Amino acid sequence: MQRIGVFVCWCGSNIAGTVDVHKVAEALKSEPGVVISTQYQYMCSEAGQTLIKDAIRDHKLTGIVVCSCSPRMHEATFRKTAAAAGLNPYMVEIANIREQCSWIHKDMEVGTEKAIILGRAAIAKVHLNAPLVAGESPVVKRALVIGGGIAGIQTALDIADAGFPVDIVETKPTIGGKMAQIDKTFPTLDCAACILTPKMVDAAQHEKINIYAYSEVAEVKGFVGNFSVKIKQKARMVDTTKCTGCGLCVEKCPMKKVPNEFNLGMDKRSAIYIPFAQAVPKVATIDPTACIKMKTGKCGLCATVCEAGAIDYTQQDSFIEEKYGAIVVATGYNPINLDKYDEFAYNQSPDVITSLEFERLTNAAGPTAGKLLRPSDGKHPHTLVFVQCVGSRCDVANEKGKSYCSKICCMYTAKHAMLCREKYPDTDVYVFYIDVRTPGKNFDEFYRRAVEEYGVHYIKGMVGKVAPQADGTLLVQGSDLIEGEQLKIKADLVVLAAAIEPDKSARPLATMLTASMDTNDFFTEAHPKLRPVESPTAGVFLSGCCQGPKDIPETVSQASGAAAKVIGLLVKDSLTCNPCVAHSNELMCNGCSACEKVCPYGAISYEDKEFRMPDRTTAIRRVASVNPAVCQGCGACTVACPSGAMDLNGFSNSQIMAEVDAICK
Amino acid sequence: MQEAMIKRAKELLTDGTVNRVLGWQKGGVAYDATPAVFDSAEALEQGFVYDDFTAANLSKYLVKETKNEGKVLVFLKPCDTYSLNQLTKEHRVNRDNVYVIGVGCDGKADVEKLRAQGMDGILGITAEGDNFVVETLYGNKTVAKADVLAERCVVCKSRKLMTYDEILGEDGEVIDSNRFDMVEQLENMTSDQRYAFWQNELSRCIRCNACRNVCPACTCEKCVFDNVNSGVANTAAADSFEEKLFHVIRAFHVAGRCTDCGECSRVCPQGIPLHLLNRKFIKDINELYGEYQAGEDTDSRGPLTNFTYDDCEPSIVHERGVE
Repeated sequence: MQRIGVFVCWCGSNIAGTVDVHKVAEALKSEPGVVISTQYQYMCSEAGQTLIKDAIRDHKLTGIVVCSCSPRMHEATFRKTAAAAGLNPYMVEIANIREQCSWIHKDMEVGTEKAIILGRAAIAKVHLNAPLVAGESPVVKRALVIGGGIAGIQTALDIADAGFPVDIVETKPTIGGKMAQIDKTFPTLDCAACILTPKMVDAAQHEKINIYAYSEVAEVKGFVGNFSVKIKQKARMVDTTKCTGCGLCVEKCPMKKVPNEFNLGMDKRSAIYIPFAQAVPKVATIDPTACIKMKTGKCGLCATVCEAGAIDYTQQDSFIEEKYGAIVVATGYNPINLDKYDEFAYNQSPDVITSLEFERLTNAAGPTAGKLLRPSDGKHPHTLVFVQCVGSRCDVANEKGKSYCSKICCMYTAKHAMLCREKYPDTDVYVFYIDVRTPGKNFDEFYRRAVEEYGVHYIKGMVGKVAPQADGTLLVQGSDLIEGEQLKIKADLVVLAAAIEPDKSARPLATMLTASMDTNDFFTEAHPKLRPVESPTAGVFLSGCCQGPKDIPETVSQASGAAAKVIGLLVKDSLTCNPCVAHSNELMCNGCSACEKVCPYGAISYEDKEFRMPDRTTAIRRVASVNPAVCQGCGACTVACPSGAMDLNGFSNSQIMAEVDAICK
Repeated sequence: MQEAMIKRAKELLTDGTVNRVLGWQKGGVAYDATPAVFDSAEALEQGFVYDDFTAANLSKYLVKETKNEGKVLVFLKPCDTYSLNQLTKEHRVNRDNVYVIGVGCDGKADVEKLRAQGMDGILGITAEGDNFVVETLYGNKTVAKADVLAERCVVCKSRKLMTYDEILGEDGEVIDSNRFDMVEQLENMTSDQRYAFWQNELSRCIRCNACRNVCPACTCEKCVFDNVNSGVANTAAADSFEEKLFHVIRAFHVAGRCTDCGECSRVCPQGIPLHLLNRKFIKDINELYGEYQAGEDTDSRGPLTNFTYDDCEPSIVHERGVE
């Protein structure tokens, strides 16, 4: 018979506010095996832990139940407490009476009753607990960074500088991401390319960094310290080891009518292309959907002119498998699609553009060589209207947009407006806004400069309609909430601050990584305040906009934060394994492979084993065996097994049934 | 057909391809043929039978037979070949140790339906076109096949052999069957009506375990119902409807693996339409995960042991539960 101690935590008023902790402690005293049941304000505090340790020694406890917060919060804490008092840490059970009880109930009576039931279930479980001993697994000292924008580059550089090899996987032909497309950066207005491209070169030249550009993560197996990742290298039709990036092929390519994604389709590129002058790696890529040779078999001009002999039309996608100790997600963002925004005439008029398109229009390397010209007629615009919050901060019922604030738009719009007025003092610039949000160092000063020094007309109110006129102008109708009047502005160019959303590759990637996401497909952090750069999935870290909208300074800070966490992991030689792993009862195992099929970690294999049968014969049977170093204890196998031969240490079928029985009692 | 089968079995025994034959043996009465292993030409001559009553699915017997020395010859009807494939997929049968002769099947007679037609003292049965000629103590009687075929044969899903080493007779086609009609009727009931339906059916269960013992998907080394540590092992039922849990658990255990061979209902001495539980699962799986027929092949992943990005979310349980 176990000697069980029950410790009910008040969590200040978090629990005690809706649960009568004295009553819970009293009620659980009479449960079988319970020799002490008590309560305390903060069980996780030093005094609380001492109370537990003393009780373990004084009452010779063999198991303890802590009725407190979620095991995700403090299970590890109380396991350490138990271990310090000489009790096996796996003889600790947590009854979650906070998140699953006090926080969701308002009525003291209901909350108390439920807390007693949850405590009773945990006591029933701890009766069947057995001491477990954790093993160790080695850490692969290599990191994978998924995404080669500024977030990924910064994370990779920091990890590599600490001496660990890093691979960057970037789906585009070059690293650089969105920052490479941006003209100037707020609030200091330094040129994005000038500060980004040296970092791109640093990454490319760093002996510890390996860049897989034009590649995607195809498969992820394993667990923290020991991930096995399959990377798909898409066929470029160009041998990257031979290509010198001279650009002769690009010049000679006869197919020059492909919309240029780098300039957001505002100009054309050739079928074989280098995205931009400072691309890393600076090698050509053939777009198979546009290439005449790839489509018709005729042409082949690029191969003829290439002196390096780098063109290879037969190249196929290839796969690389590599092992990593840690994975950093830095998949970034995209502006939302504005097809549904007919009121702003985005699809009707080429002179209604997004802010990112505006960046390209003002960029010296952009389609207009940095001259601000209207896309429709190439004329200089005189009246510009910026519309903020297009698709951001929407009503949840409004299916077009996002409920969240995209965070970066206020600042870049102020930047656009300011730059416009500075370079072209003959322009009239209007900004329609809901609120101007400038919570960053030197941000509000920056915005005020736009208004006060540069004379940008900030109008509080939303634009209702943008109507293209016969004379080529755009009639912008909006409301001025401060003056209380409707405005009609004849504009030459309208710039929409489109909301940003996570890159589409994030969702399938999250599934591969078993990392959780919120309803907007942003990756969830392990703790919103205390662990903001870690995913709840061990060994997976978050960098940049994949976790939520961020500007460049914040992205870089988070990127370095994620790198620090990765370095902290990779310096360890081994990690303590979770002893709560599955095992099969070979006498009952059918060898049917159901468990192997559902195992997400590839931890289960089969062997033919000889068995002594009851009738003194021997039989050879196919039975499952679990690799405890690979098993993560998810329990999928235990429910897939038809005969119940698979069981999980610490969460055995009988323990779960005992909990259910205790709840239903 | 019986003669041709015996002839071919003898040849394969003689040339050493196999050392025994799994088939059907004459029972005490004509409609009671039972599975049996024959190890000689004489034994085949004396006991082997194949007619419109030999309904048993022999595939499950291969779990044990393929563990023995040498190759075994088995005769399988189309629906039985689905079971063999599924057992091969689950590594329960070593396919290399089996020689399968696929036999065509036009459906088997249901003796209860014959009795309902007023036939007694049944001595034998032969098919003639769309009719059965039933030999009885009181002379030969003719009855339309459609009236006396077993339910599973009336809604036959496939006459195509899924696996075989050779065929006697002709292979058929997969049939666009209306086998889910009854499930749909049950789905259209209110939950109270449905509860009453199953209470009426399952209260008759005497827990003889025949359905489990005959089921080709129930081949566990140790069944949870026989395992005292499982928490669901046999205990005395507290009321007449308690055995529902046995059937529901069993249906869950074979979900995604049941080929809908219909043996459970065939052997039930109480005439409980147990196959409807499994068919409901099959129908749900088809609707939630896309059309899937267990036993069509030996290597695909069943929908419940696979993951795809299109899989339904767990909330489906709640959504579909709303009445």
